[in-house]
Amino acid sequence: MQFTGLRQRCRTWEATHAPWSAQAIRDTAFVGAGVPLGVVALAVIAVPWLVFVPVALWAVVLAVVAPLALLMVVAPVLTIAQRRRFRLLAGIDLPAMAVAPSVGRPDRAAWLHRRSTWRQFVYHLVVGPAAAAAGVVACGVWFAAFALTTVFAWAWLLPSSSPVRGGVGWTVHDLLLTGTGILIVLIAPWGAAAVTAVDVGVGARLLGLSRVRELERRMAALDESRAGLVDAADDERRRIERDLHDGAQARLVSLAVNLGLARARFVDVPEDVIQVIDEAQDDALRAIAELKHLARGLHPAVLDDRGLDAALSGLAARMPFPVSLHVEMHERALPTVEAVAYFVVSEGLTNIATHAAASRAEVSVVEQTGVLRVVVTDDGVGGAEPSRGSGLSGLAKRVQSVDGTFTLRSPEGGPTSIMAVLPCES
Amino acid sequence: MIAEDSVLLQAGLSKVLETMGFDVVAAVADAGSLLAVVEQHRPDAAVIDIRMPPDHSDEGVRAALVIRRQWPEIGVLLLSQYVEERYATELLSANTGGVGYLLKERVANLGDFADSVRRVASGGTALDPEVVSQLLLRRRRGPLDRLTNRERDVLTLMAEGRSNAAIAKKLVIGDSAVAKHINNIFTKLDLPPTESDHRRVLAVLRYTSSR
Repeated sequence: MQFTGLRQRCRTWEATHAPWSAQAIRDTAFVGAGVPLGVVALAVIAVPWLVFVPVALWAVVLAVVAPLALLMVVAPVLTIAQRRRFRLLAGIDLPAMAVAPSVGRPDRAAWLHRRSTWRQFVYHLVVGPAAAAAGVVACGVWFAAFALTTVFAWAWLLPSSSPVRGGVGWTVHDLLLTGTGILIVLIAPWGAAAVTAVDVGVGARLLGLSRVRELERRMAALDESRAGLVDAADDERRRIERDLHDGAQARLVSLAVNLGLARARFVDVPEDVIQVIDEAQDDALRAIAELKHLARGLHPAVLDDRGLDAALSGLAARMPFPVSLHVEMHERALPTVEAVAYFVVSEGLTNIATHAAASRAEVSVVEQTGVLRVVVTDDGVGGAEPSRGSGLSGLAKRVQSVDGTFTLRSPEGGPTSIMAVLPCES
Repeated sequence: MIAEDSVLLQAGLSKVLETMGFDVVAAVADAGSLLAVVEQHRPDAAVIDIRMPPDHSDEGVRAALVIRRQWPEIGVLLLSQYVEERYATELLSANTGGVGYLLKERVANLGDFADSVRRVASGGTALDPEVVSQLLLRRRRGPLDRLTNRERDVLTLMAEGRSNAAIAKKLVIGDSAVAKHINNIFTKLDLPPTESDHRRVLAVLRYTSSR
């Protein structure tokens, strides 16, 4: 057990911290690439100090203020470069601020007021140079490790008086150096990884979006993808209904018609043949009826071309009990909202028919102040519960998928009423 | 004259109509060419699918309304896999005769279907029992409550466009009993009694389409 554990550890080490691992090379490249960027920032700050040797007060002010202002100006370019470094070498995407593109002149005041501007500034002023310094050290460590490990290969280049070559016990001395080099080689990846971890941690915070922004962005993305999913599901229902209509249903009707033709043409055949044909035709008609019921529950075509009122009136008329229908809409709602409203009524009425033992039902669909209020009420026995697999939980989910609210009131003994409020700004 | 976009059903319909002694002068697959060939051939009746290209929604209904307006002598019989009360109301509010609206599977009963085509061609109506029950169900409250079940059965068959003899046969009662029921219906619905098929249907429809 312990042995396998050790092997497992070795493997992990090999993958992440061995000097030849891809991770170590990537970390080093990331840290190394930070050096020139940090140097640019440092240069921006340092050059004025060298030019105006700050002896007088004005020169001090100039030497402090000018570099900061200059850094502020180059910050956006540095940010772009740093983000690219993060993306290419650390695999971390730091999303830029989601700012609406400004028309005409860029808004400088807004730019100065943005927190992200100042966070980026702090990164370039403090973290960038510090990371660059750490990067220099990390690269230096690699260089030293390389130099020490290979000391035997180049020692002869040095003058013979050098302690590395020809001094007392120089062989032992150099062997020690080689050993130290190997040790440093083994340690160097940890150093690069540590610098990378700090830089990535701080950089993501300062160069990326703030938490709130990040959540806002995610929420917007989720909203969009959910709306896309709901639309796609609707389209799929429509497509399946079309496919059934043009495919299986048409074929079954054709079958029933052909059986009818056979029945009409074969006049002098035995009675039992006629009976077989009749039974086959009955089966076909039953299959048609079942398929029709299924397809209409998916998405009736009349909903698209005549709207909710027409689709619901057909639905209400099909119920085995009287349904009074009241629809009050000024204009057509979005197709998605119409489909959900239809589904609420369809499922609600089906539930009433199967569970409620009701003698009548009432459906009201009223549009008012940006919402569509769908209410289905019966005079049945009540006691409906979403948990009892009555399709009510599916109904609630579908209503919520368009940001609607779903309420069920069904006291024991009845009556039951379901209400869905759907947002429908059009 | 047939307008049906499904090749399978178009062939089936042609065969059925020919078997039942009709002369199919043309068969088309969309509403646009339907109007063109109706203009050219002026058939006695057109059998039209409701859902046809290009939009696969209600092309048939719209084409039927155009045909009835431009050529009132041509009967239109609409076929659909679903019957929608709204389409029926639209058809009937513009016409009192020469229209029919049946489920496609009714074609499988060749005798009844041929009857329907003949009725529509001669200016009568042929409504699917499902259409009628939808129309009646939607307006159950009111004077209809005063009818007995038997009278409601008779009214339903009347609305489908059937004659007294057909109603008697269907309900297995005598002709005189049917006449008596119809008189009762007219009385209860405050409609003047009449013997003409056409005006009977008109009366029923005027009643069902009044909200």
